[in-house]
Amino acid sequence: MATSVLDHAPAAPAEQTGIWSWITTVDHKRIGILYGTTAFIFFLLGGIEALIMRLQLMKPDNTLVSAEAFNSLFTMHGTTMIFLGVMPLSAMFFNYFIPLHIGARDVAFPRLNAFSYWVFLLGGLFINFSFLLNAAPNAGWFGYANLTENTYSPGLNTDFWVLGLQILGIASMAAAINFFVTIVNLRAPGMKMLRMPMFVWMSFITQILLLLAFPVITVALVFLMMDRHFGSHFFLPEGGGDPVLWQHLFWIFGHPEVYILILPAFGIVSEVLPVFSRKPLFGYTAMVFSGAFIAFLGFGVWSHHMFATGMGPFADSFFAISTMLIAVPTGVKIFNWIGTLWGGSLQFKTPLYFAVGMVAMFIIGGLSGVMHASPPADLQQTDTYFVVAHFHYVLFGGAIFGLTAGAYYWFPKMFGRMLSEGLGKLHFWLMFIGFNVTFFPMHFLGLNGMPRRVYTYPAGLNFEFWNQVQTWGSLLLGFSFLIFLVNLFKTLRKPMDAPADPWRGATLEWLIPSPPQEFNFAEVPPVNSSTPAWDLRRANGGQLAEPRRVSGAGIHLPRPSIWPAVTALGVLGVIGSILFTHAFSHWYFITLSGVAILFYGVYRWAFEPPF
Amino acid sequence: MELSTGSLQRLARRAPALCLLLLAGCAHNYPQTTLQPRGDFARLVDSLFRTTVWWAIVVFVLVEGALLIAIFKFRGRPDDPEPKQVHGNTVLEVVWTIVPAFILVMIAVPTIKTIFKTSDYATGDVVQVEVLGHQWWWEFRYTGLGVVTANELHVPVGKTVNLRMTTVDVVHSFWVPQFAAKRDVFPGRHNPLWFKADVTGSFSGQCAEFCGAQHGRMGFRVISETPEEFDAWVARERVGSPLVNRGVVARDTTQPVDSLERAGQALFNAGGCIGCHSMVGTALAGVMSGKGPNLTHLGSRTTIVAGMLENTPENLRKWLSNPDSVKKGTLMVLPRKLTDPEVATLVAYLRSHQ
Repeated sequence: MATSVLDHAPAAPAEQTGIWSWITTVDHKRIGILYGTTAFIFFLLGGIEALIMRLQLMKPDNTLVSAEAFNSLFTMHGTTMIFLGVMPLSAMFFNYFIPLHIGARDVAFPRLNAFSYWVFLLGGLFINFSFLLNAAPNAGWFGYANLTENTYSPGLNTDFWVLGLQILGIASMAAAINFFVTIVNLRAPGMKMLRMPMFVWMSFITQILLLLAFPVITVALVFLMMDRHFGSHFFLPEGGGDPVLWQHLFWIFGHPEVYILILPAFGIVSEVLPVFSRKPLFGYTAMVFSGAFIAFLGFGVWSHHMFATGMGPFADSFFAISTMLIAVPTGVKIFNWIGTLWGGSLQFKTPLYFAVGMVAMFIIGGLSGVMHASPPADLQQTDTYFVVAHFHYVLFGGAIFGLTAGAYYWFPKMFGRMLSEGLGKLHFWLMFIGFNVTFFPMHFLGLNGMPRRVYTYPAGLNFEFWNQVQTWGSLLLGFSFLIFLVNLFKTLRKPMDAPADPWRGATLEWLIPSPPQEFNFAEVPPVNSSTPAWDLRRANGGQLAEPRRVSGAGIHLPRPSIWPAVTALGVLGVIGSILFTHAFSHWYFITLSGVAILFYGVYRWAFEPPF
Repeated sequence: MELSTGSLQRLARRAPALCLLLLAGCAHNYPQTTLQPRGDFARLVDSLFRTTVWWAIVVFVLVEGALLIAIFKFRGRPDDPEPKQVHGNTVLEVVWTIVPAFILVMIAVPTIKTIFKTSDYATGDVVQVEVLGHQWWWEFRYTGLGVVTANELHVPVGKTVNLRMTTVDVVHSFWVPQFAAKRDVFPGRHNPLWFKADVTGSFSGQCAEFCGAQHGRMGFRVISETPEEFDAWVARERVGSPLVNRGVVARDTTQPVDSLERAGQALFNAGGCIGCHSMVGTALAGVMSGKGPNLTHLGSRTTIVAGMLENTPENLRKWLSNPDSVKKGTLMVLPRKLTDPEVATLVAYLRSHQ
């Protein structure tokens, strides 16, 4: 890539280092790394929670952990994996790669982006802080009322959950607005909507889902908070409320949430498969519209989580049909992925292993999904291990395999170093085998009568054999991530020698050095198709010169700022103060302190010069 | 927890269990299985399940097969020439939209038929039972028969049992896989479920909706008997039933016979048990408290503590000595710690109620 006059400009000041530079950063790439690191630590924590549950379930009538501890473990495992693991791991890729994919300098609102991260971090710490008080949430990640009301869940456990999720929701909403505006407004000239990389498309649809789904869970959480702290009765039948209302509100959020978790992985896989097949994505337009259709239908299927609630035959039929319908665009995606591989020249590097693994595992999750789209059949399956198997095939087999493909694919771009292929493939095989040994037998256990969320089971029901197999599988699965960690640490100690484009990539990020310079693109990249890097490569006879690192002098970049982090602290203070309503009569002084910090942060933020 | 040769052998021996999805016959080892329906409702659900399984297997084989062919057939080397650049195929897109839609119609039609058969109460000549979920046990009230019991649902084989279900506290889900699948129970509402047992025997069921600390220990049994056995059971349960006698114990053949049982009865009355538990032959027999299980005829039940323990004197003693150590978080609170001799009298008294 040519670099023009910038070659002769004075050198840009050295990139800032040190912890203060990370706290004040507004660079989307650094924020992406912060998201990724934090989310990966939470992901490992959620994994440890899962392993303790697996050890508890290894034997019938086991007493390794108490009933209450087990209930906290599955509540926090679900909450952590969804809100602190998979969503922010996707956010890492949104942050780092949406601007690079669309040829932008940064996101539309860099300081809002930092604010999102700090709110996410504080929310995650807040909700996990409950462990230290021995008050970890214990009413399930779905928090069904009226179990979550004061009568049945006294104590701070559920408060940590209700308030923690509200904090995290603010982070998600702010980030969704940011990426939505970024994608709409900051695309490089020539990058029409239907030339956007599929990852950007799926991310775009994900932001729309976030914008529409999170307000619903926020309302539900505020209702529950009002019930618990301020004497309302939204979900209390004795006060005229209805616990079923919670379920509807929760799943109107909760089902789109599934697509919020999986669509980014769909996007990543849709990037990886063409690059390693060396041919473009099969049926690009069909992929865009099937993604949009999935998202649209995703708002009309929520009650399939509630077939056992007795909604009556008409509602059951409606939600059965809408749920089955969603299998059609999902099938279109899978067929197009296979179509992309078909006739290609498959380069079996680690990212392709994980991407193909994702397709293979997601098929299984999709098929079991169709099986419980049928409400009467679902009456046997719901709330059993069959469902646990299903959504782990979707969220682990789908989302985590996809995100891991993304991690191997983009690691060289982010850190300028190539992960070891040998360890990567070992990671894949251990994870693939461990995953299937852990989760496939759950289909059998569920169909043979093992309910979910039980801290133990009696010997007479014969559940121990498959549970034992699953526990061994889960240990293997956990071990595979140790291999990944070894790979990460070994690689990060190597010198930065990755080329700009180690994979013959199709998208803009491969045209700039690895890792990218602070300003991303020294000049506006040319875009004439959805595979601009391939266009340039072809125009150059199949080869691309290694781009040089250039001076960034004269390029305006947003200034680092501490005020997003301060404002985030204010958010924590305001929402977190509700924890104390039952403890002090003057709890609202904490709220007011939070408000003061919040306003001061916003004030300074607003009047800070942008450059 | 070591992977011993024993567990490997078990693995090898049970590998055929992999065929469970296909062959319900493999499921006989699992007392709570959904794959061996023993009632009409469960059979309707099962046939629908099998329809979906077969379609799922067909699609699985075809699609995973195509994926496998693709990854083996199209392996390339780094220096291979660029493959033909194909961007899509409209005909294919249409085909792989329509074919799955057709398969879904094949599933949707029987689904909707079954939905309409399974959504409402049964009508006609039925045994009517009110089901009440409690943290963490089940109460069964036989409408019109004057029988109230807990955790063991007796039903006559071959006759439809109509369940009208609710909860006194949080949401639970009544699930008896071999007869009727499951349905949730909500406070202030009633949900229907019905089934007709094909065979006699004892069948396992469990709460399926997370309902707090001891959700994992909220089991129950359905005991399916011949009509004669069922009638005999009803007759025995009705002896001194507060519902039948409206608070007046007309005739009670279950009075304690020996001094130990009498001491237990005295303690039961004076010690506070009757604050939560109904019991024939006690002074407050007519007061249906409902907070704890009705203990009338406890001696004839097969299990105690919501299916958690076999009904043996030793288990009853363990439970009464310290309920919280048996089932942490249980709402059963002893008014005070009982001495061992006191527990022994209660055990004798409760077990005498056959």
